Amino acid sequence: MEDAGAPAPILTAKAAGLVGCTQCGRVHRPGVARCTRCGARLQSRDVTSLQRVWAWLFAGLVVYIPANIYPMLLTTILGKTSESTIFGGVVELMHHGSYGVAAIVFGASIVIPISKFIAIAYLALSVQHQVAMSAHRRHQLYEAVEFIGRWSMIDVFVVAILSSLVQLDFAASINPGIAAVSFALSVAFTMISAQSFDSRLIWDVDGE
Amino acid sequence: MTAESPAELPAPEALMACPSCDALYVERPVAPGETARCLRCHEVLEAPRQTAMTRIIMLAVSAMILMIAAIFFPFLELEAAGRMHRSSLLDTVLAFSSGLTAPLTIAMASLIVVVPMIRIGALIYVMAPMAFGHAPARHAEVVFRVAESLRPWAMAEIFVVGVAVALVKVAGMAHIFIGPAFWAFVALVIVTVLKDNFMSRVTLWKTLEHRRPS
Repeated sequence: MEDAGAPAPILTAKAAGLVGCTQCGRVHRPGVARCTRCGARLQSRDVTSLQRVWAWLFAGLVVYIPANIYPMLLTTILGKTSESTIFGGVVELMHHGSYGVAAIVFGASIVIPISKFIAIAYLALSVQHQVAMSAHRRHQLYEAVEFIGRWSMIDVFVVAILSSLVQLDFAASINPGIAAVSFALSVAFTMISAQSFDSRLIWDVDGE
Repeated sequence: MTAESPAELPAPEALMACPSCDALYVERPVAPGETARCLRCHEVLEAPRQTAMTRIIMLAVSAMILMIAAIFFPFLELEAAGRMHRSSLLDTVLAFSSGLTAPLTIAMASLIVVVPMIRIGALIYVMAPMAFGHAPARHAEVVFRVAESLRPWAMAEIFVVGVAVALVKVAGMAHIFIGPAFWAFVALVIVTVLKDNFMSRVTLWKTLEHRRPS
């Protein structure tokens, strides 16, 4: 809480033989099951954390594949139905000349999910293996993944808004495709994966 | 202050561990307006603010009113080829309600309306008695824990950006009118961001503990 300038040796609750609460920061002696301040479950380190991270990550990866293959939007104009996938939607936006929006959609539904898969896998691997990135950088990466992950949901919302708005019977109508479901699931699964990660593990490797 | 070696450690009650990296500190009072950060991971540990509680409640109440307005007023109107189509927030939520995409309806309703509403309600429940100088309400701890765990799932602000993208997509084929509910929703997002900025989780947990008569 005060800046000493020089990097002071940091003692963790684990090294001191104590258990810290990840919710409210209260410190307990080992053997206490639930935090006496906030009631959260106490664990020195979440030992099943990595298993859950990998499981949810693979689930997210599996449903991300149909999300890209199947149509996201079904557009019917004067009785003619055309289907567009996530990537197709981006290309279409570029044809209309709206590059800014195309960039948002491309970022939210292709760049963010893929970099999130890579980032989570990297963080999980870095707990068990030596990696080049410093603990501080990896902590920042984790924060970024947690913050940005939710924004992938934009495309699902866009599909919902378009489908509710553009319902002009014969003239034009937009309906959601099945990819919307698998994409939403993919975002949710990777969010759970990131939340399952015990960020204290990043610093443990560094300390040894 | 960092705790240097296990030998000279005070009792666990006088210590605090960083929730994100487990660094151990000796507990010290943080004055209102100050921000305590972890030396190792630079995460904010505590940030008490003067009258934060009252401000959060006022913002939460305004958020509640705005949300009700956003649900019932017309959200967006579209005009193409002489036809009008009006859609409310409810229609947007129900867009997925047919066929294979039906489960998404529940998810959409939760992410845009239900989860944000639960969070606002929970925060009012936890803080209102304390702001008026009373002891916390019954089960306030459980309610606050639920509210905090729901935080990443309240996606109102993402929805607003989604609306902007959708508007650009249809702008070419039809006239769009933005209804009052849309502006209510935008205001709701701003209020929510302000409210979350006033909140420091550790500070609130400590206040809850101090106010709870043992």
